[in-house]
Amino acid sequence: MTEYQEYLTFLYSALESKNKKNLTLSETTSLVADIGLSSLEVMEFIEKIEDHFDISIPLNILPDVNTIGDLATKVKEINL
Amino acid sequence: MLFDKFQSMADFQAELRDRGVAPFGAVTEELLSATEGVVQGKRVILAGTNNYLGLSSDPRCIKAAKDAVERWGTGTTGSRLANGSFVEHQALEDDIAEFYGVENAIVFTTGYSATMGMCATLAGPGDVILLDADSHASIYSGVKQSGAEVIRFKHSNPEDLAKRMRRLGDRAKQTLIIAEGIYSMLGDVAPLRDIAAVKREYGGYLFVDEAHSMGALGETGRGAAQAAGIEEDVDFFVGTFSKSLGAIGGFCVSRHPELQTIRYCISAYIFTASSAPSIIASTREALRIIRTEPELRDKLWHNANLLYDGLQALGLPVGPTASPVVAVEMEDRSATIECWQALMDAGVYVNLVVPPASPSTNFLLRNSVSAAHTSAQIKHIVKAYASLISTGLVNPTKTA
Repeated sequence: MTEYQEYLTFLYSALESKNKKNLTLSETTSLVADIGLSSLEVMEFIEKIEDHFDISIPLNILPDVNTIGDLATKVKEINL
Repeated sequence: MLFDKFQSMADFQAELRDRGVAPFGAVTEELLSATEGVVQGKRVILAGTNNYLGLSSDPRCIKAAKDAVERWGTGTTGSRLANGSFVEHQALEDDIAEFYGVENAIVFTTGYSATMGMCATLAGPGDVILLDADSHASIYSGVKQSGAEVIRFKHSNPEDLAKRMRRLGDRAKQTLIIAEGIYSMLGDVAPLRDIAAVKREYGGYLFVDEAHSMGALGETGRGAAQAAGIEEDVDFFVGTFSKSLGAIGGFCVSRHPELQTIRYCISAYIFTASSAPSIIASTREALRIIRTEPELRDKLWHNANLLYDGLQALGLPVGPTASPVVAVEMEDRSATIECWQALMDAGVYVNLVVPPASPSTNFLLRNSVSAAHTSAQIKHIVKAYASLISTGLVNPTKTA
C-alpha cells in the first residue's frame, strides 16, 4: 500500500510543469487559487494521476478537493 | 459578493463591446431562407445553425405547424403528466419509436432536457456512469444530478474505456456508458463499433446521444450507431428535434420496456410544459421527410465534403474527417474574435466557441453545413476563409 507521503511526492512532481509561479509546493497549496490550474488543466492532471496509479478518480470527489493534500488523501482512499 | 464569480465573464463582454464585436447572441433580424438571413444588419450566409437538412424552412413542415396551430392553439399549458399530452405527442412517440425499430419512446420539450433528464434518472446512488470526457453540457449536468459515481474516459478512446471497465470489476455490469454520435464542437464521429465491443466484453448499458448525427448518418438516418452497425448494442438513444428536424424538442428511445416506467421518474419531463402542438406537427412531418428523402443526406454530405476539402486545402486546421460540423481551431483568442468579425463582414455567419465550451484550450470558428446550402454558398464561405489568410488575420501554420 502506498503511503500518503508517496502520493504527495508524486503530485508535486506531476505538477512541476504547471507551477509557472515557481511556488514551493506543499500540502496546503491550492490547485486553482495558488497554482492557477484551469478546469481543463485540472482534468488533465487527474488523468495523469489515474494512469500512474491505474485507478479511476470519480468526478464526484472534485468539489471536496482544494489543496494538493486534499487530493493526496482522496487518491489514497481510492487506491486502498 | 454574490456576483464576484461573474466578473471574468463581465470583463470578456466589456472587451467585446469595446471592440464592437457581438459574436454571442447575434440577433437574426430577417430569415431569407434556411441558409441566408440578415444578422446584425448584414445579409449573411448562415453557416452556424445546425439546420443540417434545411427543414426549418420546408413548406411542408411549415404547413403542418400552421394546421396544428389552427386545430390545437398555441400551447398545451401543462406537463405531459397533467393536461399536456395531446394525441399528437403520443403519435410522435409512436413515429420515433417506429423509426428506430423499438417499442418505447419518450418525447421531451427540448433536447437538453431529454439528455439531461435521462442522464440524471437512469443511474443513481450505487451505480456508475462512464462518460466520454468531451460530452455535451447537458450530459454533464444530468450525471451531476444523478447521485451515481461519475468517471470520465478519454475522448473517443475505447482502450481507455476498457481499462476503466476492468478497474470496476463486478460493478461494470451496472455501469451506464455514455457516448455521442457526432461530437458537436469538432464534428468528429465516435468509434461506436469499438465502444460497443467494450460493452459486450464487460457488460453495462450503452447510452448514445445522436443529437448531431440523427438525420446525417446511417442508412436510414438513425445516426452514428446505425452507420457503425451496432444498434443492437445500444440500450438508450437520445436525440433532438432542433437540428436535422428543424424544430425544438428531444427524445429517448429504447428496446427496454422499463423506459415507460422511467418516464414517471424524470423531473425534466414531469415538471415542465409539453411542446406546443405546432412543434410536434412540424417534427412529425420532418421525420416523414427524413424517412422518404434520403437524397437530403447525400446533399448534406456533398456540401460537408466541399467545405471540409476547401478549408483543408487552405491549410486550416480542421478535424480528422469531413463532417456536417467543420471547425477551425485557433490558439489566440483575440485573433479568433477578429476573424469572426471579418467573416461577418465577408457575409458569413459562423459560431465563435471559447473554452470551456471548446474541448481544449483552443478557440473555434465552428461551421455547420446544411443540405440547403448551394455549392455557390459553400464556395463563398471558403473564399471568406481564404481572405482571412490573404489579409494576414490567419497564418495557417500558426493557428492550432
